[in-house]
Amino acid sequence: MSESWVDACAADDVDAEDVIRFDRDGRTFAIYRTDDDRYFATDGWCTHEQAHLADGLVMDTIIECPKHNGRFDFTTGQAKGAPVCVDLQTYPVKVEGGRVFIQVG
Amino acid sequence: MTTRPIAIVGAGEAGTRAAIALRDHGYGGPLILIGEELHPPYERPPLSKAALTAEAEPSPSAIADAYRLADLRVERLAGARVTAIDRAEHRLVTSEHGGIDYERLLLATGARARQLRAPGGEHAILLRTYDEALALRRLLRPGARVVVVGGGFIGLELAASARERGASVVVLEAAPRILTRGVPADIAEKIAARHRRAGVEIVAGCAISYIARDGGAFSVALSDGRIFAADCVIAGVGAAPEVELAAAAGLAIDNGIAVNGRLQSSDPDIFAAGDCCSFPHALYDGRRVRLEAWRNAQDQGAFVARALIGASEDYAVTPWFWSDQYDLHLQISGLVDAGATVISRDLGEGAVLNFHLAEDGRLVAASAFGPIGKIAKDARVAEMLIAKRAKPDPAYLAAGERKLKALLAA
Repeated sequence: MSESWVDACAADDVDAEDVIRFDRDGRTFAIYRTDDDRYFATDGWCTHEQAHLADGLVMDTIIECPKHNGRFDFTTGQAKGAPVCVDLQTYPVKVEGGRVFIQVG
Repeated sequence: MTTRPIAIVGAGEAGTRAAIALRDHGYGGPLILIGEELHPPYERPPLSKAALTAEAEPSPSAIADAYRLADLRVERLAGARVTAIDRAEHRLVTSEHGGIDYERLLLATGARARQLRAPGGEHAILLRTYDEALALRRLLRPGARVVVVGGGFIGLELAASARERGASVVVLEAAPRILTRGVPADIAEKIAARHRRAGVEIVAGCAISYIARDGGAFSVALSDGRIFAADCVIAGVGAAPEVELAAAAGLAIDNGIAVNGRLQSSDPDIFAAGDCCSFPHALYDGRRVRLEAWRNAQDQGAFVARALIGASEDYAVTPWFWSDQYDLHLQISGLVDAGATVISRDLGEGAVLNFHLAEDGRLVAASAFGPIGKIAKDARVAEMLIAKRAKPDPAYLAAGERKLKALLAA
């Protein structure tokens, strides 16, 4: 198990209750910031169809797929009902020195 | 004594979602899902898009495969046609499986693609099913000459897919512009411009006099004398609700199977959902509408499951529709024609979000077009504002730098 942390973005790059995209080595992720400044990371693509979750709307700790209204709790990756039923992969996140790091494994 | 099942006729989006939702809501009785197609229930939106453009031979995008349905204890009758409803006996008559008794019945029969009404119109290919998409896919070869009749969503998505496969494409539209139904003129023009940039020729305001077959090719003749040669003619000229079964059973029909706010037909034990039904929309003063959209089928399928087991509230979900055209994305929520004035917000990179306000200032629809990353978040906020029956300040809506999400807290 790799312990390598990857510098994804500045903490300020993500607005409160919002999400941005982060690409690395051919993989793509979504980096979330909650209203109370907690950070989370998941895979970027919705498990239902080809849409990037960074284009979706964050409400509380729920990310909605921008195309099909599929919903996930981004703190756990859990799918929250139709049309998605496959959970999202999540990744550990830490914030140090104003930067957001994710452990992509 | 055995319990009669809830029977669902139509194994598309609405019917299948209803079956799943019945179990989600705790219905434990027998449940039968009857469909004419042999494939497991699948999603139709990819048929005009990825199923045609994907490099590899596609497979149906399943809503629920055989294992899932078995897991949910849904008895699935595939390749079965219901030929009559005996309402007095609460029994369905089927082509292959004899009589099927029901306690309650859901009609989710969908819609079928309209035939092109012109001499030779039978030469035009229609798209509704996965098998039809596979057949069409083989025709969309590089260099093929494709004529698409109908500048609506299906026609334009097919045009975009055909271009992506390297075919040359002409779109013929009878109205003065494409997308006259439910899409504002400014967005229709942006979509037309995107198609022209991709090399699609759009001919609006034209009438087809005939389509003639000429060996393996076709000629499409217009009333003004122009003739387009084609290797493949596709018609996307709308859909008609599948109401024959309901009409023959004496159920009320009004541009679809007429249902009330609970999606209950004129027979209290028969419900309808999805493309096949017209219903009074609670968000629009009970105006009767019929929606041909994937999301509506999904939402009504989930909703009607609760109505089938006794819930009494009225359906009030905001209509929502999307279309992909090349790299650009269209989203419309609400009913555009309920609006009296339009406020536009510039989202950058050519993307636009229109707010459609009723005369009393209520937000009744929103239409957005552009790169998905530019429009999706704000379009979703607009959809929620519509559901809240919000009357937002027009100046705020127009000010692109002000956060739309802040209006949700108001």
